[in-house]
Amino acid sequence: MRAATIQLEHGSGGLASQQLIAELFLRHLDNPLLRDLEDSAVLANQPGRLAFTTDSYVVEPIFFPGGDIGKLAVHGTINDLAMRGAHPHCLSLGLILEEGFPMVDLERVVVSIALACREAAVPVVTGDTKVVPRGKADKIFINTSGIGFIPEGIDISSKNAKDGDVLLVSGSIGDHGITIMTRQAGIALQGNLQSDTMPLHRLVATLLAELPQAVHLLRDPTRGGVATTLNEVAAASGLEVHLREEDLPIRPEVRAACELLGLDPLYLANEGKCLLAVAGDAAERALALLRSRPEGREARIIGRLVAGTPGRVVINTPVGGARIVLPLHGIPLPRIC
Amino acid sequence: MKHLDEYRDRDLTGPLVAELRRSVTRPLRVMEVCGTHTMAIFRNGLRTILPEGMELVSGPGCPVCVTSSAHMDAFIAIADRPGVRLAIFGDLFRVPGSSSSLAEAGSRGARIDIVYSPMDALELAAANPNEQVVFFGVGFETTTPGIAATILAAHHRHLDNFLVFATQKTMPAAMTALLSDPQLKIDALLCPGHVSSIIGAAAWQPLADRFGLACVVGGFETADLLKGLTLLARQVGSGQAKVENAYPRAVSWQGNLRAARMVEEIFVPADMAWRGLGTIPLSGLAIRPRYAAHDAMVQLNITLPETAEPKGCRCGDILKGISNPQHCPLFAGRCTPATPIGPCMVSSEGTCAAYFRYGRELNPVAAAPAEPQAGAARREQ
Repeated sequence: MRAATIQLEHGSGGLASQQLIAELFLRHLDNPLLRDLEDSAVLANQPGRLAFTTDSYVVEPIFFPGGDIGKLAVHGTINDLAMRGAHPHCLSLGLILEEGFPMVDLERVVVSIALACREAAVPVVTGDTKVVPRGKADKIFINTSGIGFIPEGIDISSKNAKDGDVLLVSGSIGDHGITIMTRQAGIALQGNLQSDTMPLHRLVATLLAELPQAVHLLRDPTRGGVATTLNEVAAASGLEVHLREEDLPIRPEVRAACELLGLDPLYLANEGKCLLAVAGDAAERALALLRSRPEGREARIIGRLVAGTPGRVVINTPVGGARIVLPLHGIPLPRIC
Repeated sequence: MKHLDEYRDRDLTGPLVAELRRSVTRPLRVMEVCGTHTMAIFRNGLRTILPEGMELVSGPGCPVCVTSSAHMDAFIAIADRPGVRLAIFGDLFRVPGSSSSLAEAGSRGARIDIVYSPMDALELAAANPNEQVVFFGVGFETTTPGIAATILAAHHRHLDNFLVFATQKTMPAAMTALLSDPQLKIDALLCPGHVSSIIGAAAWQPLADRFGLACVVGGFETADLLKGLTLLARQVGSGQAKVENAYPRAVSWQGNLRAARMVEEIFVPADMAWRGLGTIPLSGLAIRPRYAAHDAMVQLNITLPETAEPKGCRCGDILKGISNPQHCPLFAGRCTPATPIGPCMVSSEGTCAAYFRYGRELNPVAAAPAEPQAGAARREQ
């Protein structure tokens, strides 16, 4: 019979570990490469350049409206590959579990990982599990790494953004960050606040299939939000970013929660959105392509890149004024008056 | 939220901008007293379209910024005591004391919880009966009723392990002291909307009378701000000095009497130390002896240490509206939101933070590196 909670022996490499692998991981994540259970997965080579990325996930709470830590760990790494124009090929899965973590919660996370992998058609091909004593970690930490292949002729990078490029976003901003922050604060709000976690590789593939040269930059504005990502883009490209505040797609419920907590949606994390810089004459077509897929149905043109002052992000306000948008400093904290 | 959008609508604000331009017939210096006003004005980009002749000066209305080093030091010292658990509003986490901050105390092992309401701190006390939970009471008239209600609830529930370190301040008393400074040349006050919803627009009448100042209580949306500034410009243009309420949907003439009664039940006016302004008689609130069981000053036997303000930091003059952040030798050099020296740079509503984030339109901005986020407070990945 399986234990109800994770115990130290589940990470020992011994019998309990093997049981966990067989009954939980292989049962849900099974594929020929993983099934081998060798020390490393051996992959067939493919043409094109390789993209390789890693990310760790420590979100609290681990289950939240719209997703959970497992789904996030799959989508986040897939999206990091997609943002360089790569087709995601496979993932690794590393788990650090706290002693006493309920087995039902672990199974729920693993099932969610399996489902996310199946939906994205990107398998987990190698993995590892460690258990640390109670209090030495918080429930579950996940690391995923990913490998992808970049098709011939694709070169996506912040450095490639050009004067005159149009800036687009694939959908509404701030959804994930505000969902997590309201949960952490224990604030129950009306409306449908939900994480936007989703894989973007198919959206990117659709776009690049038709516009392989016109798309210069793709970025997913995760931690630090759109503001921080665009500052990085401005710095890397040596351009100035101009945004129009009215054009930023922000859901009414996200805006309401931000007003309440004194937060700025520009600094909130997104887990299923990308920012794009596209050559001016291809912008309308890119917008149409984005909107042709469910992930990009709410895509919008939000601004442009100009020569201006290198490294600066400026937002034009509805009242006709302007302000600078700086990267995130510290933690976005709620106001107290 | 539709309601909010109405106050930001370009079709509505366009004519209000034109009206503001027309109403400025004489040069005027307006002090926006409230930190939320300072931030809202920057966020709207209003400073970039102000009519010629109108100057905005930021006042002392950011509660974190006016918290004295002595209070910060005393509070950080409590953090290191065994069996004590602190509950704070998030803005205080990184405020530097004279030698440390709560963030540093936290990294040394002190128990610090960031709460969104004093009631959350009370629940923390209820859930942890073996610990003393100390809530850092910082704020103006807006936050005080909530703290008073929490102390009352702690009293009724006999939660004697819930303590409040009271440093609440009252705005009109401080403004009176501030306006008595001959260095400060102000024609008009944009009075704080949130504070006025509690104390009423009437609370500003003595200031209008005594100092001959135009006073308008203003809201925080674009249309509210434009309306407030327009009324101030008209008063100054016609030589008037009266109190007008441009935020009637939230503020009445008399204020919230029920909240005032609750505050009166728990607190008594006391002398209070303000960062940069010194000790101002009866400008703060102390917990009445009847509720001493919940007074951290009494229960933890706290004495305020002698502390000096950080060298070179001009927070004091900036809070008074005498200096602006760009005159401070530390601004944007040694003192940035990532490495704050004075509290005006830490709080999201601090004048220096506002200038740093939004106010440097004309200068080239070097992108500062984003900091990693503190894991304990926010983990979203």
